[in-house]
Amino acid sequence: MRLTVDGQSFDIDADPDMPLLWALRDLIGKTGPKFGCGIAACGACTVHVDGQPVRSCSLPVGQVSGAVTTIEGIGTAGRLHPVQQAWLEEQVAQCGYCQAGQIMSAVALLDEVADPSDADIDNAMGGNLCRCGTYPRIRSAIKKAAALKTAGL
Amino acid sequence: MASVGKIARRTFLIGAAAVAGGVAVGYYYYRKPFPNPLEADLGEGEATFNPYVKIGADNTITIVAPRAEMGQGISTTLAVMVAEELDVGLDRVKVEHGPASYAYYNAAILEEGGPFAFFDESMTAQAVRSGLGVVGKFLALQGTGGSASTRDGFDKMRQAGAAARQMLIAAAAQKLGVAATDLETADGSILHKASGKSLTYGAVAAAAAAMVLPAEVRLKDRADWKLLGKPQKRIDMLAKVTGAPIFGIDVRLPDMLYGTVKMSPRFWSRPVKADLSRAEKMPGVIKIVPLETNYGHGFGIIAENTWAAFKAAEVIDAQWSDPEYPLSSAAISDVLKQALGTKGSVMRDNGDVDSAFADAPRERIVEADYTVPYLAHATMEPMNATAQLRDGALDIWCGNQAPTLVRQLCANAVGIEQDRITVHTTFMGGGFGRRVEVDYALCAALMAKETGGRPIKVTWTREEDMRHDAYRPAAIGKFQARLGDDGMPVAVDMKMASPSVIAGMLRRLFPSISPLGPDKTIVDGAYDQPYTIPNYRVSGVAAPVSIPVGSWRSVGSSVNGFFHEGFMDEIAAAGKVDPVEMRKTLMAAYPSAVKVVEKVAAMAKWGEALPAGKAKGMAFTLSFGSWVGEIVQVADTPAGIRIEKVWIAADVGTALDPGIIEAQLISAAIYGLSAAMGQEITFADGVVEQSNFHDFDAMRIFQCPVFEVAVLENFHKMGGVGEVGTPPAAPALANAIFALTGKRIRTLPLSKEVAFA
Repeated sequence: MRLTVDGQSFDIDADPDMPLLWALRDLIGKTGPKFGCGIAACGACTVHVDGQPVRSCSLPVGQVSGAVTTIEGIGTAGRLHPVQQAWLEEQVAQCGYCQAGQIMSAVALLDEVADPSDADIDNAMGGNLCRCGTYPRIRSAIKKAAALKTAGL
Repeated sequence: MASVGKIARRTFLIGAAAVAGGVAVGYYYYRKPFPNPLEADLGEGEATFNPYVKIGADNTITIVAPRAEMGQGISTTLAVMVAEELDVGLDRVKVEHGPASYAYYNAAILEEGGPFAFFDESMTAQAVRSGLGVVGKFLALQGTGGSASTRDGFDKMRQAGAAARQMLIAAAAQKLGVAATDLETADGSILHKASGKSLTYGAVAAAAAAMVLPAEVRLKDRADWKLLGKPQKRIDMLAKVTGAPIFGIDVRLPDMLYGTVKMSPRFWSRPVKADLSRAEKMPGVIKIVPLETNYGHGFGIIAENTWAAFKAAEVIDAQWSDPEYPLSSAAISDVLKQALGTKGSVMRDNGDVDSAFADAPRERIVEADYTVPYLAHATMEPMNATAQLRDGALDIWCGNQAPTLVRQLCANAVGIEQDRITVHTTFMGGGFGRRVEVDYALCAALMAKETGGRPIKVTWTREEDMRHDAYRPAAIGKFQARLGDDGMPVAVDMKMASPSVIAGMLRRLFPSISPLGPDKTIVDGAYDQPYTIPNYRVSGVAAPVSIPVGSWRSVGSSVNGFFHEGFMDEIAAAGKVDPVEMRKTLMAAYPSAVKVVEKVAAMAKWGEALPAGKAKGMAFTLSFGSWVGEIVQVADTPAGIRIEKVWIAADVGTALDPGIIEAQLISAAIYGLSAAMGQEITFADGVVEQSNFHDFDAMRIFQCPVFEVAVLENFHKMGGVGEVGTPPAAPALANAIFALTGKRIRTLPLSKEVAFA
């Protein structure tokens, strides 16, 4: 089976029923997406398939035909995505475990809505659980990221 | 509070160890320093000054922050303590967790373990406090908990930085042939202004580390702080926004196997019949092995990938022995009620409560029964650990709150000496007290015996995690008050029953120590509050239910914050007194408490009229040395009750990083509100009924209120930060719902009675 992840092509030998998350983590070595629940209830595993946010813990790898983007594919330490930059400036993360999923949901939101309202944020981010309660800073960071993106930074 | 006589006779429980009659540890042992664990593992040209500082010849400065990072920002704040005194910026240093070592014992974690309220500064209380700090060293527990890390580290980590700086200056003075007093430091270098000569720390590190430790260490005055007291950029933030592999679950080693566990769904039960054949034949499964630990019994599944292990665990067909505890939530509740009817341990007894109630007219009596359920920690990162056993030596990688316990219990389980074990402590995807336990490490260590030397990463499913926690215990309380003519309470009698957290932890972590005396955590948050009421009694009873219970963010105060402050609100309502004014009057002897209440009331504009369909509730709890008041505003909406806004005022004594403190107070309040709104762990047939986030959810972003936080520094002792926002959250919400609806809800979660938007 062939999988394109973060612009790179991988040949993997996986049970087609294996969730994309475990193919990424155990077979390809992309540990950015996290395992949280296994039932698409917490969003920690969120990645993009052809730009659309999906819960990789509940998507069989055999059904993935598009290009997969993980947190590791949107920016690097030296060249952060505006959403990552905003997360850094707002000092969002506490334990940090859910944040890869939060950031991937936020990136998808901003790709669709350049200047999201509070209601847009509630709708797009409601599936991403954070047990540290970083929500107030997530909200501020999304607004800051929208401004950074609009300014072309 | 307790008198000297009572203390001498009483035995009491502290942290996770029982100490008879106080302290019996020799002064010599306390004074004797532990060896510096960094000496064993220095790099080429690297020098170490103490267990907290290493400096390389290339001027790489490494600070060891030996407390577990679970999101609370401790690795940043501890590093800042050293960096401040070492005179280097945070961007100039590398921060490591360091090895598991007794040198990193946490004294403060036990200091408040005695039967005294935080504000009790009597000689007895102070003597026991410092004695318990000594016990902390004696047990040498390297632990992160009790909101104790900054309090424990504040002096010793600053001293470590200052001592290293003094030694570096002394070495530079020798090398340059000038007086030490003519030298200054800045940004990792030592300058001689008169000659313009300078040396990096690295250039003199080796010589400096060989010098005699300074007899006296001078610390900076607060006015000279450059880093402490100001918000810092967290050292872990970049890794956390780029998805870096920093968690236990991200560990990857060459030739690594994967696994999971299937433990008995009934605690402590053994498999009486098991058919593993179907599971063993599943694709990718290598081996299934029995597991037996201090935590219970079950099976470990060793496989080629995590998914294969999960699938195999699902089809293990086993029958488990009957549990030793009541099978259902109703039966557990009966045991708690029975316990509440027995004689309790009295932890506060002011005045003469029995006489005060004996002649009370019926209309002056307020009575109430309160109940809270068991709760899971539900950290975002499910339990996991990676282990490798080679040539009789075990390496174990996991996020954990107590590396010396991981080492000790893994040594016993695997049957090797502790010095053959290396614990690699990773960042944690949440702790909240769950990772004080070591079950995940024991399972991985035992499974590593079965892999022929290959490393194995053992990840639990969310379902396994939810059903095998060390839960916040259920608790019930009976409350009575007698009001005076002015509506103010003249007598209160509070009694609560709950399974003992300390007894539970001893069984798992220190099975050779048997519990002595009452468990103070049963009454924490009720007996130690800064209220003066002439007749005031608080007693607790340990209920015999052996479902595993443990430390859940704020421990006993998570229960009693709700009980005590809900009941205070009832007293105010019955006496027709404003709850804020009532607290200010009852707290008059504790100015820090009054200032917190005044501050939070001013922030929330308490007393100003609200539009119809909105209301506010207030609560206050002193816990872990910090004084915290919270006000919650709720609104009635067509979709249910919406939590609109939360105001928090907290006196932490000394605020070392206001940005992190604000984040922690909000975090802890959300943790408490999440539980109050909808969480409970219930039992049927001896098995936990909840299994995942669909039936044990937490607050979501669309439910999250707006927060406003004020951090105060009035009290003269430093308090903790990580847990203190949790206790007042539930009662402030319940009190707001009472103000909104007139419905007094005394049982959590509130969702049993009202819907939330």
